Amino acid sequence: MALVAFLKLGHRLHAVTTPISRPWRLGWTRGLQAFSLARWLVLWLVLFGPLSPWARAQDGVQAVPALSARVMDRTGTLSAAERQALDDKLAAFERERGTQIVVLMVPTTLPEDVASYAQRVGAAWKIGRREVGDGLLIVVAKNDRRVNIQTAKALEGAVPDVIAGRIITDVFRPAFRANNYAGGLNAAVDQLTARIKGENLALPKLEEPGWQEGGGGGEAVLGGLLPMAMFFFIGVPIIGSVLTSMMGRKLGSVATGAVSGGAAWLVTASMALAVGAGLAALLLVGLFGIGAAGRSVARRTRRSGPPIIWGGGGGGNWGGGGWGGGGGGGGGFSSGGGGDFGGGGASGDW
Amino acid sequence: MSSIKRFLAWVVASVAVVSFTGCGYNQFQSLDETVKSKWAEVLNQYQRRADLIPNIVATVKGEANFEQETLTKVIEARAKATAIQVTPELANDPEALKKFQAAQGELSGALSRLLVVSEQYPNLKANQAFQDLRVQLEGTENRITVARNGFIKAVQDYNVLTREVPTNFTAMIFGYKVKPSFEVANEAALAAPPKVDFNKAPATAPK
Repeated sequence: MALVAFLKLGHRLHAVTTPISRPWRLGWTRGLQAFSLARWLVLWLVLFGPLSPWARAQDGVQAVPALSARVMDRTGTLSAAERQALDDKLAAFERERGTQIVVLMVPTTLPEDVASYAQRVGAAWKIGRREVGDGLLIVVAKNDRRVNIQTAKALEGAVPDVIAGRIITDVFRPAFRANNYAGGLNAAVDQLTARIKGENLALPKLEEPGWQEGGGGGEAVLGGLLPMAMFFFIGVPIIGSVLTSMMGRKLGSVATGAVSGGAAWLVTASMALAVGAGLAALLLVGLFGIGAAGRSVARRTRRSGPPIIWGGGGGGNWGGGGWGGGGGGGGGFSSGGGGDFGGGGASGDW
Repeated sequence: MSSIKRFLAWVVASVAVVSFTGCGYNQFQSLDETVKSKWAEVLNQYQRRADLIPNIVATVKGEANFEQETLTKVIEARAKATAIQVTPELANDPEALKKFQAAQGELSGALSRLLVVSEQYPNLKANQAFQDLRVQLEGTENRITVARNGFIKAVQDYNVLTREVPTNFTAMIFGYKVKPSFEVANEAALAAPPKVDFNKAPATAPK
């Protein structure tokens, strides 16, 4: 039954995707190619599309929610005022000490254990300053009656597993049993912050509070910077010299600018940066003669040797840096991106 | 003329750079280092567990009637696991890695059985030191899981690079081989929860 439907769908899609209504008039190889391509596409969608059983089986565990606030209550347990108060407390601590603490309340973490769920969330969010890595995550699975404190590696000394376990049994357990969720969370946060204060972590700089540091794209910025810089170091001079020798100085520099802009647009998908990169390349080749095939220039000015090319690298850095900066941000609270969650912490029930 | 020469020099230089970065040689180096550091992390966490066990054993021994068989199994499994000479090269040897994994898996099984059995002893449940050790052991087991996952992922990245098309030639030239990893199927059997015999009353099992 399903197979018949699948074959029919393949035929229909095949008819749509081939503009020629009589494929047998094509060469047999091309006809076969178009035919099997459509079939493969359908097969692929059936097997691995969002509705297929295989896709579901793979995502059998609970999804990691998007990090939107310091206190995320997905169970509707805390009142708005309680949530806000706890959020403010955590924000104040982060301004003072830099450490990022996030509380996540979910109905359930099943089929996963609360510890592995919390570890997954921590690894995805990477809360904690990028250069310190001090993040702490509290996950409350309300219906499972399980709670977990996850410490990033930088905080495993300040909050050892035993201490996390004791906070769970001594603070969370009695409070949660009495249905006093806000009280339990507040008391636990007080104990945790007192512990973290005792640890000699780097303090945040006054003019640059920890929470304003860019988003989690730290590695992406560096990753994007290098090819960008290489492109300006090597690509622009080469293209410049080829194009200027072919079309002359003026046309050649304009063409180089256009090519650079196009490449930047392809890589970063940002029009403003593309224009910037194009202009930078135009300036480099056109005005400073970097990489330009010297017709008149070579005689007048010094040759465009490596030192000037390195100067051209400034353009590359500028382009890459600007692009990376755009990756961060996004609201009042974002992860510092430095927390490395290696499974430290403790779980408990109530 | 000189412009053509300069142009050619640039072409040669850029081709050299591109071929070095494009053939994946550098990637092999960096992924190899990643695998090594992930392996070190795995060993670190297993060592941490092995270090915890004597304390746990000592605490449990204080409980007069504790099921001796469970305890001996833990001690034996620990001895077996720590007897394996652990070197960084072990991660490259499929046979040695399998042995290592089997020994650690046996220890995991023995320990989890010990924890399950300990539930039946009210004195142990009330013993703060034992509960603390228990929390530490749990944390260590979680860290082991994370470290193992990191190692598996790193090995996977390395192996993909070894097999994929342009970079497999680099692997061939320099003799880089696919690295062995932890096997999940084997581990699943070992990590299965131990069967507890509730028919035997714990208080009546002194030996």
